[in-house]
Amino acid sequence: MANTDIIIHDEKDNVGVVVIEKITPNQDCNCWIMENDKSAKIQSKSEIPLGHKIAMIDLKEGDTILKYGHDIGKVVKNINKGEHVHVHNVKTKKW
Amino acid sequence: MEIPKIFLGYKRENGRAGTRNHVIILPVDDISNACAEAVANNIKGTIALPHSYGRLQFGADLELHFRTMIGTGKNPNVAAVIVIGIEPKWTKRIVDAIAKTGKPVEGFSIEGVGDIDTIAKVSKKAQEFSMWASEKQRVECPISDLWISVKCGESDTTSGLASNPTVGNLMDKLEPLGVHLCFGETSELTGAETVCAKRGKTPEAQKKFMKTWSDYNDFILKEATNDLSESQPTAGNIAGGLTTIEEKAFGNFQKIGSRQFIDVLEPAEEPTKGKGLYFMDTSSAAAECVTLQAAGGFNIHLFPTGQGNIIGNPIEPVIKLTANPLTAKTMSEHIDVDVSKILSREMNLDQAGDELIKSTIKVANGRLTCAEALGHKEFVMTKLYRSA
Repeated sequence: MANTDIIIHDEKDNVGVVVIEKITPNQDCNCWIMENDKSAKIQSKSEIPLGHKIAMIDLKEGDTILKYGHDIGKVVKNINKGEHVHVHNVKTKKW
Repeated sequence: MEIPKIFLGYKRENGRAGTRNHVIILPVDDISNACAEAVANNIKGTIALPHSYGRLQFGADLELHFRTMIGTGKNPNVAAVIVIGIEPKWTKRIVDAIAKTGKPVEGFSIEGVGDIDTIAKVSKKAQEFSMWASEKQRVECPISDLWISVKCGESDTTSGLASNPTVGNLMDKLEPLGVHLCFGETSELTGAETVCAKRGKTPEAQKKFMKTWSDYNDFILKEATNDLSESQPTAGNIAGGLTTIEEKAFGNFQKIGSRQFIDVLEPAEEPTKGKGLYFMDTSSAAAECVTLQAAGGFNIHLFPTGQGNIIGNPIEPVIKLTANPLTAKTMSEHIDVDVSKILSREMNLDQAGDELIKSTIKVANGRLTCAEALGHKEFVMTKLYRSA
Protein backbone atom coordinates (compact mmCIF):
# COMPACT_ATOMS: atom_id res chain seq x y z
CA MET A 1 0.00 0.00 0.00
CA ALA A 2 1.41 3.36 -1.04
CA ASN A 3 1.77 5.96 1.72
CA THR A 4 -1.34 8.06 2.18
CA ASP A 5 -0.74 11.81 2.01
CA ILE A 6 -4.35 12.96 1.99
CA ILE A 7 -7.53 11.47 3.47
CA ILE A 8 -10.97 12.28 2.06
CA HIS A 9 -13.95 11.46 4.29
CA ASP A 10 -16.68 10.95 1.69
CA GLU A 11 -16.74 10.41 -2.04
CA LYS A 12 -18.86 13.56 -2.47
CA ASP A 13 -16.25 15.76 -0.73
CA ASN A 14 -14.46 18.43 -2.75
CA VAL A 15 -11.66 18.78 -0.20
CA GLY A 16 -9.18 16.37 1.37
CA VAL A 17 -7.09 16.58 4.56
CA VAL A 18 -3.29 16.42 4.58
CA VAL A 19 -2.17 13.68 6.99
CA ILE A 20 1.60 13.95 6.61
CA GLU A 21 3.70 16.70 8.20
CA LYS A 22 3.25 18.88 5.10
CA ILE A 23 2.95 18.67 1.34
CA THR A 24 4.94 20.95 -0.93
CA PRO A 25 3.96 22.61 -4.26
CA ASN A 26 3.86 20.26 -7.26
CA GLN A 27 3.95 17.18 -5.05
CA ASP A 28 2.11 14.15 -6.44
CA CYS A 29 -0.07 13.03 -3.56
CA ASN A 30 -1.85 9.76 -2.82
CA CYS A 31 -5.39 10.19 -1.53
CA TRP A 32 -7.52 7.64 0.31
CA ILE A 33 -11.31 7.95 0.38
CA MET A 34 -12.46 6.53 3.73
CA GLU A 35 -16.10 6.00 2.80
CA ASN A 36 -15.49 3.50 0.01
CA ASP A 37 -11.79 2.63 0.51
CA LYS A 38 -10.92 3.96 -2.97
CA SER A 39 -7.72 5.73 -3.94
CA ALA A 40 -7.13 8.92 -5.94
CA LYS A 41 -4.20 11.11 -6.97
CA ILE A 42 -3.75 14.86 -6.96
CA GLN A 43 -0.90 17.28 -7.62
CA SER A 44 -0.63 20.04 -5.03
CA LYS A 45 -0.23 23.71 -5.96
CA SER A 46 0.47 25.08 -2.45
CA GLU A 47 2.46 24.14 0.60
CA ILE A 48 -0.14 22.67 2.97
CA PRO A 49 0.57 21.59 6.57
CA LEU A 50 -0.74 18.57 8.47
CA GLY A 51 -4.47 18.74 9.10
CA HIS A 52 -5.15 21.44 6.52
CA LYS A 53 -7.31 21.00 3.44
CA ILE A 54 -6.56 20.77 -0.27
CA ALA A 55 -9.07 21.50 -3.06
CA MET A 56 -9.81 18.32 -5.03
CA ILE A 57 -11.46 20.31 -7.87
CA ASP A 58 -11.57 23.93 -9.08
CA LEU A 59 -13.91 25.90 -6.81
CA LYS A 60 -15.59 29.23 -7.59
CA GLU A 61 -16.73 32.01 -5.29
CA GLY A 62 -20.14 31.04 -3.91
CA ASP A 63 -19.53 27.29 -4.21
CA THR A 64 -20.19 25.04 -1.20
CA ILE A 65 -17.38 23.10 0.44
CA LEU A 66 -18.35 19.50 1.10
CA LYS A 67 -16.62 17.46 3.82
CA TYR A 68 -18.05 14.38 5.55
CA GLY A 69 -20.45 14.61 2.57
CA HIS A 70 -21.95 17.74 4.17
CA ASP A 71 -21.94 21.51 3.70
CA ILE A 72 -19.18 23.05 5.84
CA GLY A 73 -19.13 26.59 4.37
CA LYS A 74 -18.92 28.76 1.28
CA VAL A 75 -16.05 29.71 -1.02
CA VAL A 76 -15.33 33.47 -0.83
CA LYS A 77 -12.39 33.55 -3.25
CA ASN A 78 -11.81 31.27 -6.26
CA ILE A 79 -9.70 28.22 -5.44
CA ASN A 80 -7.83 26.11 -7.99
CA LYS A 81 -7.58 22.35 -7.75
CA GLY A 82 -4.58 21.49 -5.58
CA GLU A 83 -4.59 24.73 -3.59
CA HIS A 84 -4.83 25.27 0.16
CA VAL A 85 -8.42 25.66 1.40
CA HIS A 86 -8.80 27.58 4.68
CA VAL A 87 -10.02 30.77 6.37
CA HIS A 88 -8.53 32.95 3.58
CA ASN A 89 -10.90 31.53 0.96
CA VAL A 90 -13.76 29.83 2.84
CA LYS A 91 -16.26 31.22 5.38
CA THR A 92 -19.04 29.80 7.54
CA LYS A 93 -22.66 30.12 6.39
CA LYS A 94 -23.84 30.17 9.98
CA TRP A 95 -22.50 33.20 11.84
CA MET B 1 -11.21 -8.32 20.95
CA GLU B 2 -13.46 -9.68 23.64
CA ILE B 3 -14.68 -6.74 25.67
CA PRO B 4 -14.11 -7.05 29.43
CA LYS B 5 -17.43 -7.46 31.24
CA ILE B 6 -16.26 -6.15 34.60
CA PHE B 7 -14.11 -3.46 36.18
CA LEU B 8 -12.98 -2.84 39.74
CA GLY B 9 -14.96 -0.02 41.29
CA TYR B 10 -16.28 1.31 44.58
CA LYS B 11 -19.86 0.22 45.24
CA ARG B 12 -21.91 3.01 46.79
CA GLU B 13 -24.86 2.94 49.16
CA ASN B 14 -27.34 3.70 46.33
CA GLY B 15 -26.09 0.91 44.04
CA ARG B 16 -24.02 3.09 41.71
CA ALA B 17 -20.28 2.39 41.35
CA GLY B 18 -17.37 4.83 41.44
CA THR B 19 -14.09 4.69 39.57
CA ARG B 20 -12.58 6.92 42.29
CA ASN B 21 -12.98 7.29 46.04
CA HIS B 22 -12.80 11.01 46.73
CA VAL B 23 -13.73 12.83 49.91
CA ILE B 24 -14.67 16.33 48.78
CA ILE B 25 -14.93 19.64 50.61
CA LEU B 26 -17.55 21.53 48.64
CA PRO B 27 -17.94 25.29 49.11
CA VAL B 28 -21.48 26.53 48.43
CA ASP B 29 -20.19 29.95 47.44
CA ASP B 30 -17.05 31.89 46.46
CA ILE B 31 -16.43 33.28 49.95
CA SER B 32 -16.32 29.81 51.50
CA ASN B 33 -13.43 28.73 49.27
CA ALA B 34 -10.75 29.79 51.78
CA CYS B 35 -12.28 27.67 54.51
CA ALA B 36 -12.70 24.64 52.22
CA GLU B 37 -9.12 24.89 50.99
CA ALA B 38 -7.78 25.22 54.54
CA VAL B 39 -9.61 22.03 55.57
CA ALA B 40 -8.35 20.13 52.52
CA ASN B 41 -4.86 21.31 53.37
CA ASN B 42 -5.23 20.06 56.95
CA ILE B 43 -6.69 16.65 56.20
CA LYS B 44 -4.96 14.29 53.80
CA GLY B 45 -7.16 12.33 51.44
CA THR B 46 -9.61 15.20 50.93
CA ILE B 47 -9.92 17.68 48.07
CA ALA B 48 -11.50 21.13 48.03
CA LEU B 49 -13.51 22.20 45.00
CA PRO B 50 -13.23 25.99 44.96
CA HIS B 51 -15.26 27.96 42.39
CA SER B 52 -16.35 31.51 41.67
CA TYR B 53 -20.10 31.71 42.30
CA GLY B 54 -23.01 30.95 44.62
CA ARG B 55 -24.14 34.38 45.78
CA LEU B 56 -27.25 36.33 44.74
CA GLN B 57 -28.01 33.98 41.86
CA PHE B 58 -31.68 33.52 41.02
CA GLY B 59 -34.11 31.67 38.78
CA ALA B 60 -32.79 29.08 36.33
CA ASP B 61 -29.21 30.16 37.06
CA LEU B 62 -29.62 29.43 40.77
CA GLU B 63 -31.30 26.10 40.01
CA LEU B 64 -28.32 25.16 37.83
CA HIS B 65 -25.97 26.15 40.64
CA PHE B 66 -27.77 23.84 43.05
CA ARG B 67 -28.00 21.04 40.49
CA THR B 68 -24.25 21.24 39.88
CA MET B 69 -23.37 21.32 43.59
CA ILE B 70 -25.76 18.48 44.47
CA GLY B 71 -24.82 16.37 41.44
CA THR B 72 -21.13 16.73 42.20
CA GLY B 73 -21.72 15.48 45.73
CA LYS B 74 -23.93 12.62 44.55
CA ASN B 75 -21.43 11.41 41.93
CA PRO B 76 -20.38 7.83 42.78
CA ASN B 77 -16.70 8.80 42.45
CA VAL B 78 -17.26 10.67 45.70
CA ALA B 79 -17.27 8.61 48.91
CA ALA B 80 -18.22 11.36 51.34
CA VAL B 81 -18.92 15.07 51.24
CA ILE B 82 -18.48 18.11 53.43
CA VAL B 83 -20.45 21.19 52.39
CA ILE B 84 -19.40 24.63 53.65
CA GLY B 85 -21.42 27.78 52.98
CA ILE B 86 -21.61 31.24 54.44
CA GLU B 87 -25.30 30.79 55.33
CA PRO B 88 -27.03 27.67 56.69
CA LYS B 89 -30.09 27.56 54.39
CA TRP B 90 -28.52 26.91 51.00
CA THR B 91 -25.91 24.70 52.67
CA LYS B 92 -28.65 22.53 54.14
CA ARG B 93 -30.49 22.28 50.83
CA ILE B 94 -27.37 20.82 49.22
CA VAL B 95 -26.60 18.49 52.17
CA ASP B 96 -30.14 17.11 52.26
CA ALA B 97 -30.17 16.32 48.55
CA ILE B 98 -26.77 14.58 48.64
CA ALA B 99 -27.83 12.61 51.75
CA LYS B 100 -30.50 10.82 49.69
CA THR B 101 -27.71 8.72 48.15
CA GLY B 102 -26.98 7.32 51.62
CA LYS B 103 -23.36 8.49 51.57
CA PRO B 104 -21.87 10.38 54.54
CA VAL B 105 -22.43 14.12 54.16
CA GLU B 106 -22.29 16.98 56.63
CA GLY B 107 -22.83 20.73 56.26
CA PHE B 108 -21.30 23.70 58.05
CA SER B 109 -21.95 27.43 57.84
CA ILE B 110 -19.46 30.16 58.62
CA GLU B 111 -21.68 33.11 59.61
CA GLY B 112 -21.54 33.79 63.36
CA VAL B 113 -18.58 31.40 63.79
CA GLY B 114 -15.78 32.72 61.60
CA ASP B 115 -13.27 30.87 59.45
CA ILE B 116 -10.89 29.65 62.17
CA ASP B 117 -13.40 27.86 64.39
CA THR B 118 -15.21 26.53 61.31
CA ILE B 119 -11.96 25.13 59.93
CA ALA B 120 -11.27 23.41 63.27
CA LYS B 121 -14.76 21.89 63.44
CA VAL B 122 -14.85 20.85 59.79
CA SER B 123 -11.35 19.38 59.93
CA LYS B 124 -12.42 16.94 62.63
CA LYS B 125 -15.33 15.72 60.52
CA ALA B 126 -13.17 15.65 57.39
CA GLN B 127 -10.60 13.48 59.16
CA GLU B 128 -13.33 11.05 60.17
CA PHE B 129 -14.66 10.88 56.58
CA SER B 130 -11.20 10.52 55.05
CA MET B 131 -10.21 7.64 57.31
CA TRP B 132 -13.59 5.96 56.82
CA ALA B 133 -13.32 6.25 53.03
CA SER B 134 -9.75 4.91 53.05
CA GLU B 135 -11.10 1.53 54.19
CA LYS B 136 -13.26 1.13 51.08
CA GLN B 137 -12.09 -1.60 48.73
CA ARG B 138 -12.58 -1.94 45.00
CA VAL B 139 -14.90 -4.79 44.04
CA GLU B 140 -15.90 -6.37 40.75
CA CYS B 141 -18.60 -4.30 39.07
CA PRO B 142 -20.39 -5.01 35.78
CA ILE B 143 -19.22 -2.81 32.93
CA SER B 144 -22.76 -1.38 32.82
CA ASP B 145 -21.82 0.52 36.00
CA LEU B 146 -19.66 2.76 33.81
CA TRP B 147 -21.27 6.07 32.95
CA ILE B 148 -19.07 7.52 30.22
CA SER B 149 -19.17 11.17 29.18
CA VAL B 150 -17.38 12.56 26.14
CA LYS B 151 -16.25 16.00 25.03
CA CYS B 152 -13.47 17.04 22.64
CA GLY B 153 -11.23 20.09 22.83
CA GLU B 154 -8.54 22.00 20.96
CA SER B 155 -9.85 20.01 18.05
CA ASP B 156 -8.33 19.98 14.61
CA THR B 157 -9.07 17.99 11.49
CA THR B 158 -7.37 14.91 12.97
CA SER B 159 -10.14 14.91 15.62
CA GLY B 160 -12.84 14.44 12.99
CA LEU B 161 -10.71 12.01 11.00
CA ALA B 162 -9.63 9.70 13.78
CA SER B 163 -9.79 10.47 17.51
CA ASN B 164 -13.51 11.35 17.57
CA PRO B 165 -14.43 8.32 15.42
CA THR B 166 -12.37 6.21 17.87
CA VAL B 167 -14.68 7.37 20.67
CA GLY B 168 -17.62 6.63 18.35
CA ASN B 169 -16.29 3.12 17.84
CA LEU B 170 -16.10 2.64 21.64
CA MET B 171 -19.69 3.86 21.97
CA ASP B 172 -20.86 1.44 19.29
CA LYS B 173 -19.17 -1.43 21.17
CA LEU B 174 -20.10 -0.49 24.75
CA GLU B 175 -23.67 0.75 24.39
CA PRO B 176 -25.03 -2.78 23.84
CA LEU B 177 -23.40 -3.77 27.16
CA GLY B 178 -25.66 -1.37 29.04
CA VAL B 179 -23.41 1.60 29.81
CA HIS B 180 -24.74 5.14 30.12
CA LEU B 181 -23.20 7.58 27.62
CA CYS B 182 -23.34 11.37 27.34
CA PHE B 183 -22.30 13.95 24.77
CA GLY B 184 -22.88 17.70 24.89
CA GLU B 185 -21.42 20.88 23.37
CA THR B 186 -24.64 22.42 22.06
CA SER B 187 -22.99 25.32 20.23
CA GLU B 188 -20.38 23.10 18.62
CA LEU B 189 -23.03 21.11 16.79
CA THR B 190 -23.89 24.22 14.77
CA GLY B 191 -23.92 23.27 11.13
CA ALA B 192 -24.58 19.61 11.96
CA GLU B 193 -27.69 20.32 14.05
CA THR B 194 -30.27 18.83 11.69
CA VAL B 195 -28.13 15.73 11.09
CA CYS B 196 -27.67 15.38 14.85
CA ALA B 197 -31.38 15.89 15.59
CA LYS B 198 -32.19 12.90 13.35
CA ARG B 199 -30.25 10.72 15.80
CA GLY B 200 -32.92 11.26 18.43
CA LYS B 201 -34.56 7.91 19.18
CA THR B 202 -38.05 9.41 19.41
CA PRO B 203 -39.75 12.39 17.76
CA GLU B 204 -39.84 14.00 21.23
CA ALA B 205 -36.07 13.65 21.67
CA GLN B 206 -35.53 15.09 18.16
CA LYS B 207 -37.79 18.05 18.83
CA LYS B 208 -36.25 18.69 22.23
CA PHE B 209 -32.78 18.69 20.67
CA MET B 210 -33.73 21.21 17.98
CA LYS B 211 -35.32 23.51 20.55
CA THR B 212 -32.26 23.28 22.81
CA TRP B 213 -29.91 24.00 19.91
CA SER B 214 -32.06 26.89 18.58
CA ASP B 215 -32.29 28.54 22.00
CA TYR B 216 -28.51 28.37 22.41
CA ASN B 217 -27.92 29.62 18.87
CA ASP B 218 -30.36 32.53 19.35
CA PHE B 219 -28.49 33.49 22.48
CA ILE B 220 -25.16 33.46 20.60
CA LEU B 221 -26.59 35.53 17.74
CA LYS B 222 -28.03 38.02 20.22
CA GLU B 223 -24.75 38.49 22.09
CA ALA B 224 -22.36 38.23 19.14
CA THR B 225 -20.51 41.41 18.26
CA ASN B 226 -18.75 39.95 15.22
CA ASP B 227 -18.82 36.73 13.21
CA LEU B 228 -17.27 34.84 16.17
CA SER B 229 -14.18 34.25 14.06
CA GLU B 230 -12.05 34.91 17.18
CA SER B 231 -13.96 32.33 19.25
CA GLN B 232 -15.47 29.58 17.11
CA PRO B 233 -13.42 27.96 15.70
CA THR B 234 -10.66 28.94 18.16
CA ALA B 235 -7.20 30.06 17.07
CA GLY B 236 -5.97 26.58 17.98
CA ASN B 237 -8.68 24.95 15.84
CA ILE B 238 -7.72 27.17 12.88
CA ALA B 239 -4.01 26.45 13.31
CA GLY B 240 -4.98 22.78 13.16
CA GLY B 241 -6.80 23.26 9.85
CA LEU B 242 -10.43 23.67 10.92
CA THR B 243 -11.98 26.47 8.87
CA THR B 244 -15.62 26.84 9.95
CA ILE B 245 -17.97 25.95 12.80
CA GLU B 246 -19.76 23.56 10.44
CA GLU B 247 -16.54 21.63 9.81
CA LYS B 248 -15.85 21.53 13.54
CA ALA B 249 -19.41 20.36 14.22
CA PHE B 250 -19.29 17.42 11.80
CA GLY B 251 -15.96 16.39 13.34
CA ASN B 252 -17.40 16.70 16.84
CA PHE B 253 -20.45 14.64 15.89
CA GLN B 254 -18.23 11.62 15.02
CA LYS B 255 -17.90 10.95 18.76
CA ILE B 256 -21.30 9.26 18.99
CA GLY B 257 -20.55 6.69 16.32
CA SER B 258 -23.79 5.33 14.92
CA ARG B 259 -25.69 5.65 18.21
CA GLN B 260 -29.05 7.31 18.79
CA PHE B 261 -29.78 9.47 21.84
CA ILE B 262 -32.65 8.70 24.18
CA ASP B 263 -33.21 12.12 25.69
CA VAL B 264 -31.94 15.68 26.02
CA LEU B 265 -30.72 16.59 29.50
CA GLU B 266 -30.61 20.01 31.12
CA PRO B 267 -27.08 21.05 32.12
CA ALA B 268 -25.98 18.88 35.10
CA GLU B 269 -29.19 16.83 34.98
CA GLU B 270 -28.96 13.16 35.90
CA PRO B 271 -30.35 10.80 33.25
CA THR B 272 -33.31 8.75 34.43
CA LYS B 273 -34.47 6.86 31.34
CA GLY B 274 -32.07 3.96 31.69
CA LYS B 275 -28.94 2.85 29.85
CA GLY B 276 -27.90 4.34 26.52
CA LEU B 277 -26.81 7.64 25.03
CA TYR B 278 -27.97 11.07 26.24
CA PHE B 279 -27.37 14.56 24.91
CA MET B 280 -26.73 17.20 27.57
CA ASP B 281 -27.16 20.91 26.85
CA THR B 282 -23.71 22.29 27.73
CA SER B 283 -21.25 25.00 26.90
CA SER B 284 -18.50 23.88 24.55
CA ALA B 285 -15.80 25.17 26.90
CA ALA B 286 -14.02 22.04 28.16
CA ALA B 287 -13.98 22.56 31.93
CA GLU B 288 -17.57 23.85 32.05
CA CYS B 289 -18.80 20.89 30.02
CA VAL B 290 -16.98 18.18 31.99
CA THR B 291 -18.04 19.75 35.31
CA LEU B 292 -21.69 19.56 34.17
CA GLN B 293 -21.34 15.96 32.95
CA ALA B 294 -19.70 14.91 36.23
CA ALA B 295 -22.59 16.56 38.08
CA GLY B 296 -24.96 14.52 35.90
CA GLY B 297 -23.43 11.41 37.50
CA PHE B 298 -20.91 10.32 34.85
CA ASN B 299 -17.93 8.52 36.37
CA ILE B 300 -15.34 8.40 33.57
CA HIS B 301 -14.65 10.83 30.72
CA LEU B 302 -13.14 10.45 27.25
CA PHE B 303 -11.56 13.57 25.77
CA PRO B 304 -10.21 13.51 22.21
CA THR B 305 -7.91 16.41 21.36
CA GLY B 306 -6.14 17.58 18.24
CA GLN B 307 -3.86 20.46 19.10
CA GLY B 308 -3.55 19.40 22.77
CA ASN B 309 -6.13 20.42 25.38
CA ILE B 310 -4.80 19.65 28.88
CA ILE B 311 -8.01 19.60 30.97
CA GLY B 312 -8.78 17.43 33.99
CA ASN B 313 -11.58 17.30 36.55
CA PRO B 314 -11.36 16.87 40.33
CA ILE B 315 -13.79 13.94 40.57
CA GLU B 316 -14.23 12.45 37.09
CA PRO B 317 -11.03 11.02 35.55
CA VAL B 318 -10.44 12.49 32.08
CA ILE B 319 -8.77 10.18 29.54
CA LYS B 320 -7.19 12.03 26.64
CA LEU B 321 -6.60 10.67 23.20
CA THR B 322 -5.16 12.25 20.09
CA ALA B 323 -4.67 11.30 16.48
CA ASN B 324 -2.36 14.23 15.79
CA PRO B 325 1.16 12.76 15.59
CA LEU B 326 2.79 16.11 16.41
CA THR B 327 0.66 16.56 19.55
CA ALA B 328 1.32 12.95 20.59
CA LYS B 329 5.04 13.74 20.38
CA THR B 330 5.25 17.29 21.74
CA MET B 331 2.66 16.90 24.53
CA SER B 332 3.07 13.24 25.37
CA GLU B 333 2.65 13.81 29.13
CA HIS B 334 -0.98 14.81 28.47
CA ILE B 335 -1.94 11.98 26.12
CA ASP B 336 -3.28 8.71 27.56
CA VAL B 337 -4.04 7.07 24.22
CA ASP B 338 -2.21 7.77 20.96
CA VAL B 339 -4.26 6.81 17.90
CA SER B 340 -2.19 8.78 15.36
CA LYS B 341 -1.37 5.56 13.51
CA ILE B 342 -4.89 5.75 12.07
CA LEU B 343 -3.71 8.61 9.86
CA SER B 344 -0.81 6.59 8.48
CA ARG B 345 -3.26 3.68 8.14
CA GLU B 346 -1.13 1.43 10.35
CA MET B 347 -4.14 1.15 12.68
CA ASN B 348 -7.83 0.95 11.82
CA LEU B 349 -10.77 2.33 13.79
CA ASP B 350 -11.73 -1.06 15.16
CA GLN B 351 -8.24 -1.49 16.64
CA ALA B 352 -8.21 2.08 17.94
CA GLY B 353 -11.62 1.56 19.60
CA ASP B 354 -10.28 -1.59 21.29
CA GLU B 355 -7.22 0.31 22.56
CA LEU B 356 -9.47 3.00 23.98
CA ILE B 357 -11.68 0.40 25.70
CA LYS B 358 -8.59 -1.18 27.30
CA SER B 359 -7.38 2.20 28.57
CA THR B 360 -10.85 3.09 29.83
CA ILE B 361 -11.02 -0.12 31.88
CA LYS B 362 -7.50 0.45 33.25
CA VAL B 363 -8.45 3.95 34.39
CA ALA B 364 -11.79 2.71 35.75
CA ASN B 365 -9.77 0.17 37.77
CA GLY B 366 -7.68 2.95 39.28
CA ARG B 367 -4.83 3.79 36.94
CA LEU B 368 -4.19 7.54 37.10
CA THR B 369 -4.89 9.54 33.95
CA CYS B 370 -2.26 11.95 32.67
CA ALA B 371 -4.43 14.82 33.88
CA GLU B 372 -4.68 13.31 37.38
CA ALA B 373 -0.93 12.69 37.57
CA LEU B 374 -0.32 16.29 36.50
CA GLY B 375 -2.77 17.65 39.06
CA HIS B 376 -5.46 18.99 36.72
CA LYS B 377 -8.64 19.62 38.75
CA GLU B 378 -10.61 22.16 36.73
CA PHE B 379 -14.00 22.64 38.40
CA VAL B 380 -15.92 25.35 36.58
CA MET B 381 -19.52 26.26 37.28
CA THR B 382 -21.67 27.32 34.34
CA LYS B 383 -23.34 30.68 34.99
CA LEU B 384 -26.33 31.50 32.82
CA TYR B 385 -26.62 35.25 33.50
CA ARG B 386 -25.77 38.08 35.91
CA SER B 387 -26.68 37.82 39.58
CA ALA B 388 -29.42 39.92 41.14
